[in-house]
Amino acid sequence: MDMKVSKKKLGLKEKYQHMTRGLGWETTYQSMDDVFPMVKYEGIKIHDWDKWEDPFRLTMDAYWKYQAEKERKLYAIIDAYAQNNGHLSVTDARYINAVKLFLNGISPLEYMAHRGFAMTGRQFPGVGPRVACLMQSLDEIRHAQTQIHSISNYNKYYNGFHEYRHMLERVWYLSVPRSFFDDAVTAGPFEFMVAIGFSFEYVLTNLLFVPFVSGAAYNGDMGTMTFGFSAQSDEARHMTLGLEVIKFILEQDPDNLPIVQQWIDKWTWRGYRVLTLVGMMMDYMLPKRIMSWKEAWEVYFEENGGALFKDLARYGIRPPKWLDQIEQDKDHISHQAWATFYNYAAACNFHTWIPTDDEMDWLSQKYPNSFDKYYRPRLEHWREEAKKGNRFYNKTLPMLCQTCQIPMIFTEPGDPTQICYREVDYKDNKYHFCSDGCKEIFENEPEKYIQAWLPVHQIYQGNCFNEGVDPTAEGFDPLAAVLDYYHLNFGRDNLDFEGSEDQKNFDEWRGMATKNV
Amino acid sequence: MGVAAIKEYEFQSADRLENFHGNQLLYIGWDQHLMFCAPFCLPLPPNMRFGDIIEKVLPGVFGYHPDFAKIDWSKVEWLKSSQPWQVDFNKTLAELGLKHKDVLRFRTPGLTGIKGSAS
Repeated sequence: MDMKVSKKKLGLKEKYQHMTRGLGWETTYQSMDDVFPMVKYEGIKIHDWDKWEDPFRLTMDAYWKYQAEKERKLYAIIDAYAQNNGHLSVTDARYINAVKLFLNGISPLEYMAHRGFAMTGRQFPGVGPRVACLMQSLDEIRHAQTQIHSISNYNKYYNGFHEYRHMLERVWYLSVPRSFFDDAVTAGPFEFMVAIGFSFEYVLTNLLFVPFVSGAAYNGDMGTMTFGFSAQSDEARHMTLGLEVIKFILEQDPDNLPIVQQWIDKWTWRGYRVLTLVGMMMDYMLPKRIMSWKEAWEVYFEENGGALFKDLARYGIRPPKWLDQIEQDKDHISHQAWATFYNYAAACNFHTWIPTDDEMDWLSQKYPNSFDKYYRPRLEHWREEAKKGNRFYNKTLPMLCQTCQIPMIFTEPGDPTQICYREVDYKDNKYHFCSDGCKEIFENEPEKYIQAWLPVHQIYQGNCFNEGVDPTAEGFDPLAAVLDYYHLNFGRDNLDFEGSEDQKNFDEWRGMATKNV
Repeated sequence: MGVAAIKEYEFQSADRLENFHGNQLLYIGWDQHLMFCAPFCLPLPPNMRFGDIIEKVLPGVFGYHPDFAKIDWSKVEWLKSSQPWQVDFNKTLAELGLKHKDVLRFRTPGLTGIKGSAS
């Protein structure tokens, strides 16, 4: 009898076909438009979802296997780090404030990315991008969890780590990264993919991860370095997805180009504004510097990004708007940001300080056009005043940009002595912006940004005090009431590094670890 | 213009005047004195005399700066929304036509910040 012997095992390609494409179907009980209600309203036209090419062809079983292996390695190192008091081998205790900035400002974004990719994957009718979004969604929640685990080691010993979740929705500076991601997850699925998948993961991610991970390596922080590398190992997949999304959308219909271009302009600018925090961290918070913010921008954006946009030119994409301003700003933004946190150190969950003489010389050398002229005199004046017991704590709330929510600290392109003011009248109200970029983003979608929860205005509206607090009572101290609402402990989490509990404890513990006292 | 949305998308401003318990917001920045990292946001009653802001509010806001004590207020140049603006210290915010979320800048000729650095 002639019996056809079927092949025992499917090839990788066939298996992938069955496990992904084979799982999608055209719905008939409900219309496809009802099942996927978000896919058309942004104006993006997709004619053939099967044109989506998966660069990785990963199925779930293989995915779990790879990720489980990474997790085992990661937690082995984190355990060893914790057992050996690894936190005492960092360069000095100032470094730990860079970790505070990361956990409080960045790790919650990993969780939001998880939510964003889960929602986006749900909305795409195409099976290829849906599976890719699912895996990225799982990656992102893994990153959030590993970061919280790694950094919880620090919470046992140092201040300011204790309530990142509570603080994210309250503390003034955290509204910057938070509103950035809220803006992305409240957009449609295509905009989210261009915002986070492409602009953030592809164009800007190296400027976020490399500085923190290399910074950890340079400063003896094995724990942070390890979760950083573990997360980075997923980034190749994320970056490929981000690029694939752009190419796929642009190849599907010529009408998609202007929409995508506007998103690239918006999200490169939004991401760049958030990266101000990273710039400040690199130039001021790492006792052992890796490279300056300016150098990192030149390598990771100007060179790598330049090559990328050359490649995308064949689709009609041009480089993002406002790059000429960014080019001028790179000598300034890290100094302006550090000065801001120095100003508002009383309302912050990490410490600030004046750089040492050596560090100021490093800054002069890295920023020959700006540091000595504009920023050194300010820092030296503050140092003199602090020596006299008159450390500067700015107690009046600042004016914020309606779009990026950063205080209006940035200067006019070409004039570092003049704050940049922009404003728009919209429906009987005035709105203010730090830059042409933030102003134009507002003008494109004013109804979205007039809802912004600006921390300063919320405090003045009386929305940032705990229940039962009476702001009209005699002797009411608004700063103390706001810090209570933040769950920030005055004198422990905030103020200058000099004289802090962190500084004192670290010196004492390191002494016990290295000397016989 | 507006927002691409799946249904009607219209909201009130989160910072409209009536949310501030009788105050209006006034932003004030001191040009060339960037030691104060950004302009300030102040909630003030509309019937407040402008001179009272100068005499009672600003010392607590800008007083840390060594240039502050040297300001000759009769020579100060004012800008509203970055355009030259005439001030009258005896008028109230309302009488001066200052509206919710207006922004003022002032310039102090001859005072250029810490060691002339605009700090």
